[in-house]
Amino acid sequence: MDLASAKMIGAGLACIALVGAGVGIGNVFSSLISAVARNPAAQAQVQPFAFLGFALAEATGLFGLAIAFLILFVF
Amino acid sequence: MALELHPLEQFQIEPLIPLHIGGLDVSYTNSALFMTVAVVLITALLVLGTRRGALVPGRWQSMAEMSYEFVADMVETNAGHGAEPYFPFVFTLFMFVLFSNLLGLIPYSFTVTSHIIVTFALAAVVFIGVTIIGFAKHGLHFFRFFVPEGVPLLLLVILVPIELLSYFIRPFTLSIRLFANMLAGHTMLAIFGGFAASIGLAAFLPVALDVAILALEVLVAALQAYVFAILTCLYLRDALHMH
Repeated sequence: MDLASAKMIGAGLACIALVGAGVGIGNVFSSLISAVARNPAAQAQVQPFAFLGFALAEATGLFGLAIAFLILFVF
Repeated sequence: MALELHPLEQFQIEPLIPLHIGGLDVSYTNSALFMTVAVVLITALLVLGTRRGALVPGRWQSMAEMSYEFVADMVETNAGHGAEPYFPFVFTLFMFVLFSNLLGLIPYSFTVTSHIIVTFALAAVVFIGVTIIGFAKHGLHFFRFFVPEGVPLLLLVILVPIELLSYFIRPFTLSIRLFANMLAGHTMLAIFGGFAASIGLAAFLPVALDVAILALEVLVAALQAYVFAILTCLYLRDALHMH
């Protein structure tokens, strides 16, 4: 296998990391929706935590995306 | 289809005023320029915004007061009591990261926080500062932070190294989180922009996508500044109250 195609495959593999981010973000917001549906009064209290969780979950996936970009455009 | 994409070109640091002291390259770069712009804008927002000090605040004064109250509330709820002396630091950190992130969203500008060395410097200041506060407040008792209470001795052999690792990894996760978000977002924008430049009439599709991503990036810019500040608060609470 030559280097160029190995890089493409590597970048594609690195993007699999975004699966976890997708699952995580979906989980965060589904929990937020069910929490607010059960207790609408708690919305103001739980929403900041939901967005904190969203940012943390998204960041882990972006580590993989950043690696993919580095493989494609830097090395 | 051969695409000429250079999405990482936007992160290039260029010296604007070359300056060498000894063997050190301390040129005034575009990165330094945007840091200066961020600091000037924050100072203008807060100093000029609160200059009149009206009882019923106008729009400008409201912005200044809301940002102040937002961070003050965050420090109070997340860092616990006794954290008030550190509020100015958290506020400065939050405003600097927020303004750097938002300034980077302006086309053809430079994103300061997309460079790991910048975010790592900020995170290292937080980490070293928090560790010093912990030792100053608790003395050598601060080492108990790494020893969970009520755990059998056998488990401690495993848990203490894990606690130590999770403590020392903090500056890295804190800085990489912010850096990776900014890098990935801006690279994605540039890649779709590059598609638009190469496919002619169908270009409105990637441009529309770019607009959507830009909206997400505004959210991410604000959110990452919030996350950076709130994690600083949580680390501060660990140092002040130890669990």
